[in-house]
Formats: sequence, structure tokens, C-alpha cells
Amino acid sequence: MSILVIAEHDNHELKPVTLNTLAAAEALGDEVTLLVAGQGCQAVAEAASHIPAVTKVLLADSADYQHQLAESLADLVVQIGAQFGHILFAATTTGKNVAPRVAALLDVNQISDIVAVEGSDTFRRPIYAGNAIATVQSEDAIKVITVRGTGFDAVAAQGGSAPVEALSAGPGFELSRHVEDKLAESDRPDLTAASVVISGGRGMGNGDNFQLLDAIADKLGAAVGASRAAVDAGFVPNDMQVGQTGKIVAPQLYIAVGISGAIQHLAGMKDSKVIVAINKDEDAPIFQVADYGLVGDLFEALPQLEAEL
Amino acid sequence: MRVDIWVEEMKVLVAVKRVIDYNVRVRVKADNSDVDLANTKMAINPFCEIAVEEAVRLKEKGVAEEIVVVSIGDKACQEQLRTALALGADRAIQVDVADAMDPLSIAKLLSAVVAKEQPDLVLLGKQAIDSDNNQTGQMVAALSKLPQATFASELIIADGKATVTREVDGGLQTLELSLPAVVTTDLRLNEPRYASLPNIMKAKRKPLEVLSADDLGVSISQKLKTVRVDNPPSRTAGVKVSTVAELVDKLKNEAKVL
Repeated sequence: MSILVIAEHDNHELKPVTLNTLAAAEALGDEVTLLVAGQGCQAVAEAASHIPAVTKVLLADSADYQHQLAESLADLVVQIGAQFGHILFAATTTGKNVAPRVAALLDVNQISDIVAVEGSDTFRRPIYAGNAIATVQSEDAIKVITVRGTGFDAVAAQGGSAPVEALSAGPGFELSRHVEDKLAESDRPDLTAASVVISGGRGMGNGDNFQLLDAIADKLGAAVGASRAAVDAGFVPNDMQVGQTGKIVAPQLYIAVGISGAIQHLAGMKDSKVIVAINKDEDAPIFQVADYGLVGDLFEALPQLEAEL
Repeated sequence: MRVDIWVEEMKVLVAVKRVIDYNVRVRVKADNSDVDLANTKMAINPFCEIAVEEAVRLKEKGVAEEIVVVSIGDKACQEQLRTALALGADRAIQVDVADAMDPLSIAKLLSAVVAKEQPDLVLLGKQAIDSDNNQTGQMVAALSKLPQATFASELIIADGKATVTREVDGGLQTLELSLPAVVTTDLRLNEPRYASLPNIMKAKRKPLEVLSADDLGVSISQKLKTVRVDNPPSRTAGVKVSTVAELVDKLKNEAKVL
């Protein structure tokens, strides 16, 4: 049975996490069809057709799919999904929104946030905020899965030439309507894809002090993240939150500044290659996972760090 | 076609789950069959608590008339239902089943309760902090053929519609749903209150109905099995550095990440 992967995109660009999701499909070892559903998203399908791991691209271009609302997108995936053995989404807010709806409509379970493929029906996934790893086996005829991007290395984006086939749109779903998006503007790399992430917590004191992190991020080409405490205190917007309920990151270097290291925060970053903690409390739990710890006042350490880089 | 008559007094159904307290560090059992929950502090899942709080606020605003809370599990989950009643829910339903059912079965039982109760709004947490699935609300919406708004950080009910601001990867997104609808809560939707002692006493007298899967006409199948549970790979202990210069030197020359 072949594999259907749902492309993550914003109607203009294919999101890099799609390449990680395709790596999970590659581990399953079957032919991969990639679905691009959106509006005015031909460029996305074109880019997708160059991915060597993709055998065929399906393009559903319609106003119904412009915002990839769960209701319309799930109906589309269910319409074409029955012929596939696996249906894979990235474990992004879009994937998490749509995949369970697809699974329920197909009368199968959904498997969330897999980090490894053990066999065509067996997968590993973190539970309890990443404090345990469950190996789960599905007897369902169709495996509907969300893939944790940081669990899989991205496949190559160039070198293939898959055909693009247009799909007709199904009837739109009338009970929900998109009103508006308020997206945060940033020139920095995407948090989930950045190779360096510097995050601030409650210890930053206020939102203005995040400029200290911005200055370092600019020198390192890093993304800036935050703990829940910093988001709840209104220092920074919620889309910067790293943790069990925010984004999961696994960069080469994660610098935690003024973050105590609660279980819920560690769930989002403890797979980083190298972790640095800067905190004035030497008993902070973050030091138990940090490769390099600096006990000290962040307001002294951060300007020094910027100067040293 | 749906009939567009809007009754002001709406009924809200809130699903709550009994889970390990969020501050407890779990231990994996020696035989790798599961995590060890014996003698562990249990609580309402934090996201479910936010869903209960939102329902109570809707009632306080005069938008909701009745709040029904439902939990699926063995008798122990009545403790969490009583907590929800103490927070302001009017009555409770326990769907009595053995633990560790797969998510689809849970969603089928919940959507059977939706069919029975006919609520105008179904509120759930976006995910349970034990299984971390983030599926149930979406599945209930699908099975009940209702629109959904997941990861809500703001909910406004007016004129038979729910206007929901959602936390999405790039920022925020606002949707408008026709009621009835399913909404799952994110952490920033509200700050849950504490139950007062008089309300805890009052909650003991509020109605709590126990239903079985048979009562709801749902046959349960177990298609998703946990084969084993392991500890995550542990990180090796790190070193403390005393100066920023030393830190930068180690990152450049030892870890080679700069």
C-alpha cells in the first residue's frame, strides 16, 4: 500500500517540515504521493515535484482550501485517502488540527507525533511530556499519523521530477468560516527549523529585555524562543513558546536564558544537540540537562556573550 | 439544511480527563509495560480545567444555561467530575469503562454522549498531558459532523455563532463557527479558579449519572496497542563554566557548534 503525505505550506512556499515528514515516509519504504491543497499554490506543487522522494504530486487548488480549514481539508483527504496504507501529516498546528478528523472519518485511530518508524504498523512516540517513549502498534487498515519534524532528517528537496495531477475540489464545508490571520512578522529563521535557538524565560524581566537575545540571535543566525512563563507574562507572543504545549525544537545549539527548566519546557527542547543554560539560580533544573551551564546574572552575561561572538 | 433558530439558553458539554498531576515526574515500570501510576497524585488534566472554567464563565455571562461535564474511565474519575462540579458545572456523567482505551473509542463514546445530550457547544482541552495525543476534540467533531476550532485562546459566543481565535504556528487565526460546534482549549484561554470549600460541599449533592458503553450503544474495539514503554535517552551530565569567555571557547572548540 502506498503512502499519502499532506504538504505543509502557506500557498507560496513548501514548508521545510514537509521534507522531514517525507523522511518518515521513506522509512516506511513505499511509493509516496504528496497532496498540495490550497489556493493559488501551483508554485508549491512545482517545488514539490522536484523532491526525489515523491512519486506523484496531487494538486487541489480551490478557495475551499485557501486556509486549510480542518473540515474541508479532512473531507478532501478522506475522499482520496482510502486507497493508501499510510496518511502522514507534519505534527504542526495544521497537521494536528486535520489528522484526527481524517482518522475518525475513516474509522481508524490516529498516531500522534511519531519520532521513529519501527515497522509498517509500529511506531515510537513520546508521552508524558517526553518523559517516556511509547512503542505503539496499530491494527487499523489505514495508519493516519502525524510526524514530529525534529525526529527525522529532511530528505533532499532537488533532483526529482514527479508528475503533478490536478484534483477537483469537493463540496465546501459551510459551518465554519475563516475570519482573519494575525501572523507574527520575523526575519529570523523559523523556530522549528533553526540550527541555533536562544530562548528567554521569566528571568528576562520584561519584553524589552528580549532585545538582548535578539542581538545575539542576529550574530548567530538563530531563532528566538521563550518559555511559557515569558509568554504568559506578555513579554513575547505565544508562537515563540517552546515546550510540551508550544513548539518542539531540536537545534544544534539551544541557549536557555533565565529559564528554570520545568518538565513542560524540557519536553520541547531536550533533544537539542548542545544545551547551554544561563541562570542565576544554580539549583535550577535546567542545569541537569545543560551541557554547559553558567551561573550568573543574565544582564551581565548576555552583553558579554554578544561581544565575544 | 439546518434550521437557523437560536435559543439563548445554551447547553455546554465539557469533557474532562483524570491524569497524573502535571508536577509529578513519571517513572517507567521496570518491565517496560507502562509508566508507574500506583500511589501517584492524580488531577484534572490542566487543559480540561481551562475548558470547565470557560464554560463557567459563559454561564456567568448569561450565555450558557447548563453545564454538563463528562469523563470516560473507571470509578476513580468521579473525583475529577466532583471537582468540575465544585468549579461550577451543574451535573456530571461518568462513562464507566476500563482504562487505557484507544483514542478512537474514547471519541466514539463522547460523540454518543453528544448525540444524547444535544449540547450547543462542546468544550475539551486541546490535549491530555499523559498521552499527549491532541486528537479527541477533532475526532468528536468529525464523528458528530460538527465544525471545530482547536487550540482556542479566545472564545466569543453571539448570534448562534462562535468566534474563536486559535493559536497557530505563525501566530493567531480567527474562525467563525455555526453552533453547535466543538472547541478545544489552549493554555491562554483563561486562568482557572480554585474551588471554594462551600462549593466542594455543594458539589457532593449535584447529580452524577453513570453510563456504560452499552447504554450508549457503542462497541469498543482496541486497534491501537502499546507494545512497550521506555525511558527516553538520558543526557550526560554537563559542566559548569565560570565566565562567558570560557563558555564561548567551549562552544567553539569543544562542542564545535559555533
